[in-house]
Amino acid sequence: MSLSAETRQAVQRHRDRYPHPKSAILPSLWEVQHEEGWITPEGMELVAEVLGVTPSEVQAVATFYSMYFQKPPGRHSLLVCVNVACALRGADETAAYIEEKLGCPPGSTSADGAFTWDATIECLGACGYAPMMQIDHRFHEHLTPERIDHILETVGKEPGPHEPHGGPATPPKRRR
Amino acid sequence: MAEYKLLTKDFATEGLETLRVYERTGGYQGLRKALRDFTPESLVEEVKTSQIRGRGGAGFPTGMKWSFLPKDVFPRYLCCNADESEPACFKDRYLIDKSPHQLVEGLLIAAYALQVETAFIYIRGEYEEQRQLLERAVEEARAAGYIGRGILGSQFACDVIVHGGAGAYICGEETALIDSLEGHRGQPRLKPPFPAVKGLYGKPTVVNNVETLCNLPHIVMNGGEWFAGIGVERSRGTRLWCCSGHIEKPGVYEMELGRPIRELLEEHCGGIWKGRQLKAFQPGGGSMQVLLPEHLDLPLDMDAVMKAGSSLGAGAMMFMDETTCLVNVSMRLVDFYHHESCGKCAPCREGTYFESDLMHKLEAGRATPEELATLADICDNMNGKCFCPLGDTATWFVMSAFKAFREEFEAHCGAGECPVQARNRQAVAA
Repeated sequence: MSLSAETRQAVQRHRDRYPHPKSAILPSLWEVQHEEGWITPEGMELVAEVLGVTPSEVQAVATFYSMYFQKPPGRHSLLVCVNVACALRGADETAAYIEEKLGCPPGSTSADGAFTWDATIECLGACGYAPMMQIDHRFHEHLTPERIDHILETVGKEPGPHEPHGGPATPPKRRR
Repeated sequence: MAEYKLLTKDFATEGLETLRVYERTGGYQGLRKALRDFTPESLVEEVKTSQIRGRGGAGFPTGMKWSFLPKDVFPRYLCCNADESEPACFKDRYLIDKSPHQLVEGLLIAAYALQVETAFIYIRGEYEEQRQLLERAVEEARAAGYIGRGILGSQFACDVIVHGGAGAYICGEETALIDSLEGHRGQPRLKPPFPAVKGLYGKPTVVNNVETLCNLPHIVMNGGEWFAGIGVERSRGTRLWCCSGHIEKPGVYEMELGRPIRELLEEHCGGIWKGRQLKAFQPGGGSMQVLLPEHLDLPLDMDAVMKAGSSLGAGAMMFMDETTCLVNVSMRLVDFYHHESCGKCAPCREGTYFESDLMHKLEAGRATPEELATLADICDNMNGKCFCPLGDTATWFVMSAFKAFREEFEAHCGAGECPVQARNRQAVAA
């Protein structure tokens, strides 16, 4: 399955934007993830070809950074910060509540395919507004069980960011 | 004393993130003045006169950093470090959320002083909303003639590229940031050569923090001497304090340097929450050493806090009340460094692994007193022996907490559970 012409063009634009094409690996991988939902082998090959680097160089980068998905996630990705500042204000309880609501442990995807979630020790920069979570890069702060219920219900019905807007909210296709 | 608002003075203004409103509050006048009244050389001197020190953590004098660039080597590069990932720090996000143009203006002023034609803003992947805000600000500034060729009718040309990361704390270390920007795994480089001599693409490069750059329009508008009159000796200007933890009003507060920490806690943060007592606090961010209630009267002065055995670092203030378990806090911070170690050097890669393993055992009440000695030994074998500061700082909080709360650490040994949590449970039941 090859990637769309739009993604290829976006990678080309990134390549031409930087003094050296290799600098465009990170933004190009974002383009791949936006279309595919994760970093697919085909996506890495496309980036390597357009930027004129080897696929192994692209893969080395893709596997270093924690935000690139190495396998297909659910429609939405959800992260709860459990670093100290959040933990002091109840992040462990928040994470436990989300685990109960989604019915799956950290690092996994809910049965309906709506959320892939994790409790992360990586500080997400919302310490003054804890407890917090990020869903698809959006900050949700000052969380309470009621707010979590509301957010999960609302977002759970929306299509994921890597699906066409208004498209069917189906789990991503598995490849290979 | 009220907050001293310099960077944040217009933050209540509706629509400040747009160019139109930013200009109405005096935006881009600093860039205009820099191009009109200064040569690049005299601008570097003006920033030296201001005595501003970097706001990213190390506190290095900005003007001096700039003057390390070798003469006549071009192109040069400027990178804004917006990879804010230090636990308990969220001021850069706040600055970008409220006024992305203030950062872009500061970046352009620095680019002019340093004769840079391509400037980058490296922003962490988790700040995707902020990256989009910056992209919009850059496009607006470009359309208005602040970015591009012949800026404001001068000879100065500069392009700005906003570069999003993808989740790696280590990329906040300046050489790892450069490595990442070049399209590699973000791992630190050996220094020397320092980035000022050999940085991005092997060229002279300056890396400055978001807050440092946001100060520049104000320094240019009011003069270096004026800026040097704010704050105290060797800690000039204001700083944004990221206040979190067990306080009534967490948030970001801007204050003049030199005011006592107590004022920040009591007047701005509303004191410790629920009428409880302060047990400990951590200034500077997750890397820094623990301080105690007796340190509350220390001034917010980089050198004074350093003398007390900690650091103001990147401007965090995390407060912990009497119910807090310092072993648990240490464990989480150690877990963070373990998770974020880039794996390049053995003391950090292996050390954080053993540290984390031991801390989990200790917090669960399963460690022996001998293992406490092992913990100290591991930390001793890391601190000062790692390739970059990440590994060193993975030991600072835990060792300082071990020293200040030795009894609490020892009480965990063989307890079969966390004794602090057990006590908290009893208090609730009573």
